[in-house]
Amino acid sequence: MRWSSCAIVLLAVAIFLFMPSTSVSTEEARISIYSTAANYSLPVMDRQGQQYVGLLEILEPLGKVSSRSDGNRWKIRYNEIDGEFTTGKTRGRVGGRSVDLTNSFLLENGRGMVPVASLAVVMPRFLGGPVNFHESSRRLFIGNVATQFTVDLVKTTPPRLVLNFSTPVNPTISTEPGHLRMSFQRDPVIAASAREWKFEDHGISAVTFVENNGGAELTVSGQTALMASFSAGGRTITVTNPVIAPPANVTSGTIAQTPRAAPTLAPSAPITTVAAPTPHRFLIVIDASHGGEERGAALTEQLAEKDVTLAFARQLRRELEARGISVLMLRDSDATLSLDQRAAATNAARPAVYLDIHATSQGSGVRLYAALLPEGMENRGPFLDWSTAQASAIQTARQIGIGAVAEMQKRKISVRTLSAPLRPLNNVMAPALAIELSPPSSTVPDVNSPTYQQPIATALADVLIAQRTTLEAQR
Amino acid sequence: MIPRHLWIGVAVMLLAVITMLVYLRRMKTQVSKFEPATSDLRPVAPPASGPTEHATLYVAFDDPGTIRATDAQIPLPSDRQQRAEELLRALMNIYLDRTSSHAMPSGTEIRSVFLIDPGTAVIDANAAFADGHRSGVLVEELTVASMIQTLSANLPGILRVRILIDGKQRETLAGHVDLSNFYQTSAVAQLVQELQAVP
Repeated sequence: MRWSSCAIVLLAVAIFLFMPSTSVSTEEARISIYSTAANYSLPVMDRQGQQYVGLLEILEPLGKVSSRSDGNRWKIRYNEIDGEFTTGKTRGRVGGRSVDLTNSFLLENGRGMVPVASLAVVMPRFLGGPVNFHESSRRLFIGNVATQFTVDLVKTTPPRLVLNFSTPVNPTISTEPGHLRMSFQRDPVIAASAREWKFEDHGISAVTFVENNGGAELTVSGQTALMASFSAGGRTITVTNPVIAPPANVTSGTIAQTPRAAPTLAPSAPITTVAAPTPHRFLIVIDASHGGEERGAALTEQLAEKDVTLAFARQLRRELEARGISVLMLRDSDATLSLDQRAAATNAARPAVYLDIHATSQGSGVRLYAALLPEGMENRGPFLDWSTAQASAIQTARQIGIGAVAEMQKRKISVRTLSAPLRPLNNVMAPALAIELSPPSSTVPDVNSPTYQQPIATALADVLIAQRTTLEAQR
Repeated sequence: MIPRHLWIGVAVMLLAVITMLVYLRRMKTQVSKFEPATSDLRPVAPPASGPTEHATLYVAFDDPGTIRATDAQIPLPSDRQQRAEELLRALMNIYLDRTSSHAMPSGTEIRSVFLIDPGTAVIDANAAFADGHRSGVLVEELTVASMIQTLSANLPGILRVRILIDGKQRETLAGHVDLSNFYQTSAVAQLVQELQAVP
């Protein structure tokens, strides 16, 4: 009996040890850093039961940093501040003064790692100013960067929950029956006082705010499916019921803020509620390409194309609205939209012009693309061939491109026009133009700089104003 | 009392585990023995034998984002389909060179080119070509345009071209340029003219 038990145990151990390793998918521990220079997130390593993070990686996006290891000692220089740590020791020196870590310093392959819990002590020494570290959720705020928000329930029918943020936000939104979750990974959103709001309302009953694993999450609970729409340049999020309620009454519309549908709608179809355009209104559709899971090009390790396109789309919207032009943003959050959904929503809105925003790390200046039409099929009566729907508008699109080149050259912006086989340009009935932003210099992150984007947005807005009469006549 | 058949079962399973471990160890040793010193994932070069012929390759240059016609002497088989494959492999070899003007991901390979109907070509590239391709409108456009123009310029009569990845349709090459439709070679020729102009 004993021998058989031993044999079975041995067999189980052997199979366990030598079977192909199966990875259990667990969420990776991360720390987020928010500053005026950059908002970024880094992985956290578990060593000796403690959480560690690379000190060089933490400081790198904030300034000029270098490091070198010399045996057990590791030296780091951030701007003009020198730091020195020794493997296995809890005491180090930063800026000529001692600093005590909560656990021993680690050096792995030349990479110096400090306990996460020590950042509240170490970072102020390097940065020369206080930081606010939310240790339990691993969120580090450098300077006065936090975004605060207010929660108001407007008792209309159906009720509307209005969240006003102190700065524009760009959460990832997901829905499930009775809950709408806004996940803030890059936004330094904090709750000033309360973390839970309860309402005596059947439509929207509660809002909760939690911080966890380098991020924050706002959950809105209700009895029915919920939908979020953005306004005020990303500063206001209005949550309501998409089945019976129209979108929030905003100057410019947004669609598809929630990529999943309410259960009363088709389960996998996105909600594409368009702020109904007035017939023949001079409307510009701005499409910030990519979004959600689809990040687009990785411009740098921290900067994704989807974030640059959204920032520029918002800038362009401001310029157009300042000139009295109505704008429909296909994406004003981190939502995922397919190319077909973008084309369908644009065609439904019947805009005067469709602008598709892209960004790249290669080259410099701006590139404007009109559609390169693929081989298509014949139009049948009022039904246009999907792949060549742009055919009748392509000349107008090229004219807008020529006008935009002139406007940008006036502003000394390097610009080039080309054709491109880039969907959904070919699927759109209105004149369609893609704008690809390249960095102004060899510094790639500058492509996301408002000072770089501003004159480009101004030039585009000016050319649309200049050609407005022609464009309206052609409709 | 343990039944005899259980003893036998346990013994057989233990023996199987041990045998598999020994076999795995031997396999690993053999694989490491035959692994090349450096992993060069470039596709094999065109056949060295056979007469070389003059061909025009349309080579992309990232800086300043242009395509240039480049003369080359390539060993080309007489079979039209094989010629198409060798032309594109020659083009990819240029891109896979370390000093390339338009770097292509390591492991990129043209699996085959099918000339189906008169005037229709289907290029089948491997997954490494698309999975590792740099993302961006212009950089993807340069790749697609140079491949299609190289094919149509050297094999007269090709009117439409489609690119598949591992034999399957993809929506885009690397997030931008369309791979879901057939390209008209006449439209691509116009695009190449645009891309030949130095900005």
